[in-house]
Amino acid sequence: MSYAISVNGQVHHVEDDGQTPLLWVLRDTLKLTGTKYGCGVAQCGACTVHVDGTPTRSCTLPLEVAASARITTIESIEGVEAQAIRGAWVARDVPQCGFCQSGQIMSAVALLRTLKTPTDRDIDVAMSGNICRCATYNRIRAAIHDAAAQLGTAR
Amino acid sequence: MTPILQPQSRVLSRRSFLVTTGGLGIAVAFGSVPDLASGAAMAPAAEGDFRPNAWITIGVDGTVSIISPAVEMGQGITTTLPLLVAEELDADWSRVRVVQAPSDAETYGNPGFYGIQLTGGSESTRGYNALLRMTGAQTRLILLAGAAGMLNVPVSELETEPHRVLHPSSGRSLDYGEIAARAVLPDPLPQATEADLKQSHRWRYIGSRTIQRIDVPSKVNGTAVFGIDVQLPDMLYGAVLRAPVQDERPETIDDAEARDVPGITHIVPLSYGVGIVGETVEATRRAKDLLNVTWSTTSRVRNYSSQRLLDEYRAVGRDLGQQGVPAHTKGDAEAAIAGATTVIEADYMSDHVAHATMEPMNATALVTGDRVEIWAPTQGPTGTQGFAAEVVGTTPDKVKVNTTLLGGGFGRKAEADFIIDAVSLAKAVEGRPVKVIWSREDDVRHDKFRPLEAQHVKVGLDAEGNIVGWRHRIVADSIFARTLPPVFEEAGGHDDVVTEGAKFNYTVPAHQIEYLRQDNGLAIGFWFAVGVGYTRFAIECVVDEIAAARGIDPVALRLELLKDQPRARKVIETVARMAEWDRARDGRGLGVAYSDAFGSHCAQVAEVSLNRDTGAIRVHKVWCAIDPGVAIQPLHIEAMMMTGITNGTGHALFEQINVIDGEVQESNFDTYRVIRMSEAPEIEVAVVPTPGSPFGGIGQAGLPPTGPAIANAVARLTGGVRLRHYPFTPERVKAALDI
Ligand code: FES
Ligand code: FES
Repeated sequence: MSYAISVNGQVHHVEDDGQTPLLWVLRDTLKLTGTKYGCGVAQCGACTVHVDGTPTRSCTLPLEVAASARITTIESIEGVEAQAIRGAWVARDVPQCGFCQSGQIMSAVALLRTLKTPTDRDIDVAMSGNICRCATYNRIRAAIHDAAAQLGTAR
Repeated sequence: MTPILQPQSRVLSRRSFLVTTGGLGIAVAFGSVPDLASGAAMAPAAEGDFRPNAWITIGVDGTVSIISPAVEMGQGITTTLPLLVAEELDADWSRVRVVQAPSDAETYGNPGFYGIQLTGGSESTRGYNALLRMTGAQTRLILLAGAAGMLNVPVSELETEPHRVLHPSSGRSLDYGEIAARAVLPDPLPQATEADLKQSHRWRYIGSRTIQRIDVPSKVNGTAVFGIDVQLPDMLYGAVLRAPVQDERPETIDDAEARDVPGITHIVPLSYGVGIVGETVEATRRAKDLLNVTWSTTSRVRNYSSQRLLDEYRAVGRDLGQQGVPAHTKGDAEAAIAGATTVIEADYMSDHVAHATMEPMNATALVTGDRVEIWAPTQGPTGTQGFAAEVVGTTPDKVKVNTTLLGGGFGRKAEADFIIDAVSLAKAVEGRPVKVIWSREDDVRHDKFRPLEAQHVKVGLDAEGNIVGWRHRIVADSIFARTLPPVFEEAGGHDDVVTEGAKFNYTVPAHQIEYLRQDNGLAIGFWFAVGVGYTRFAIECVVDEIAAARGIDPVALRLELLKDQPRARKVIETVARMAEWDRARDGRGLGVAYSDAFGSHCAQVAEVSLNRDTGAIRVHKVWCAIDPGVAIQPLHIEAMMMTGITNGTGHALFEQINVIDGEVQESNFDTYRVIRMSEAPEIEVAVVPTPGSPFGGIGQAGLPPTGPAIANAVARLTGGVRLRHYPFTPERVKAALDI
């Protein structure tokens, strides 16, 4: 079947089975490989994208459901929060292997959009669905605090 | 320590020269325009060029490109190794570009690691540093000589600042790019010696806290290319259904339903499973699920049940009549223990653990006639060439390997099973590339786990509490018997990596380490820190058991056992100070552990609490002091310690693979539990290098002390309850509390 799907502000017409997870449509049809496969069962967060602004695991989101929403991926997440998060990530050299980091960043940006000054507890809740096998957790936490502080000063 | 090698340099052409040390040569070329997109921090090796002729090129625009012989899996090595060249070359780091080495062991093999091109064992910096630093120094001398000719002044009047040669008395200077473009190489070349290496106080980059990893920017915007991201024109996707039990073969294959899945192009029977090739990942997965295969039932792995075997291993460890292969013998430990006043005897064990690299196993291959091209996140390009050649029936020199970034390695990506999948399927559809991506379930079930192991430690103390003899028996299967049979045989049936870390630097008059191999058929592999991850668990806990038996402080005992080891004492004293070791905490316990593995000294203190009702352990904080010898990138060393400590916590508390009748019970992150953000301890790291000491390994050094520090903390918190079996699951903790 053909689906019109809005990704990063652009509408694409995709010919695929409606049950195909959005993840593979993004990666292989649209060549947006920044979104990663890590588990396929919503356990690791590597595939996190924003669906109408909400962080969502694209590995379990069928194309037919995604087709009615606005999708944003790591390649074009924008805005002050995204900028602050990316800046903090680079300043602290957060990534190691980097494979989980697209998902981490998508979750962190969504967190800062809902909570201006997240506490450690807020961060735990928002980020514990994102596994990092290189265990960059402590730098992720610090970078989220950095980004929040920087946004606070900017405001 | 790798000795500083004496290089020999000779002119190769008008524009290039070769620096040779101990059989390995580094070619340096001047004046070429590097084949790199501007601004790309990391580029693949030049297309179609199986053996680029230079490791280092200095372009006419002054861009210095340096090949990284080791692969990047998050350990920062593609920054570290080129940085060492840049340091001695006195290059401006912002004008350096790093290129990933192609597969070519003859050119890029690690001189300190059997000459093979395999990134692992925390061996890269230790193996390559002397060669790279000498090449940097040699190249700087040649730039100076070239500049002397251009400026018509003696070399002795010249000096360098980053990327420039200066002639202070006339105020003239030349950029490295200008020299590379116009200089005529002197013949004979000046020859660098160890005296030309910078003294440590002149280092600009080594030890700097402002150098950032080159791979980071691409990892925050989705542009980093891992193996799984490789996209090629005309590419097909592949999946492989593997036998539920290792070494079984498909006997009957009913693929009627699988073939009907739209987009499926080929079903490929393999000796070890059934391959599917199709137009999309999703199609291959659906088809894989629809295969009906009956499997042979002859594999001896069907008898493999991990908990039962572990009981057997423990019994073997205790049965001192069973002789092991001697791994290390100093004095007569058994006789010394026989005459001891006090004997401490304990069994330590660990279950299998899985790698679960965040990027699952995957590879892309293209077979054209007798040529193979591979794109893969591999730790071992040399091995990859060999295995791929075997599948296709060609020779390794016809196999080109493009190494991508690795989304985690931890030893798993030194294996070749995922490469063999891709090459086997690509062979079946010759002319079109095939990308195989393992499902996470397959990645866990068909991992090469860390060995299941039991250790028996027996220590004798005299009346004053001095250690008189130490016996350490390690009972496990072998990794080398499968992966490097000649090495295993040459060592007389001893496996260096399985018993790694059992040898320590504590002073004991008699020490005996034995290895008792248990061959039960299940393939086991290299995991983060390999043997050190469990041998130090046993050793460091037993040291605390000795301290408890003597009624003395565990930190004090370690310092006593390391009297003549200043670097060891320094990290232990530092970490004790950081953790305020002597300050009692309400409801929490502190435990200490130390390791000198991988050429680095690392001491940690863990602060834990325990829920006695549920048996759950919480690790609140870990302090760490690390002496890596030379701290090339201190920030990155801190990061690697955090990786080791956090995973060290996770594997001590949760990680567990159970095999029953040859079938792995866990399959995804819902059943194979790894540590998450909310469970990660707070961590404080002090990097305390020792000037003038050799370069130590860093990748794995942080993990071994964490588990024993946790166990030792629990023992101190509970008045001596010992946890001796990884992982410390709540059930095991409660069982230990009940005894
Ligand atoms: S791949 Fe979607 S959550 Fe793991
Ligand atoms: S950076 Fe490697 S998995 Fe997170």
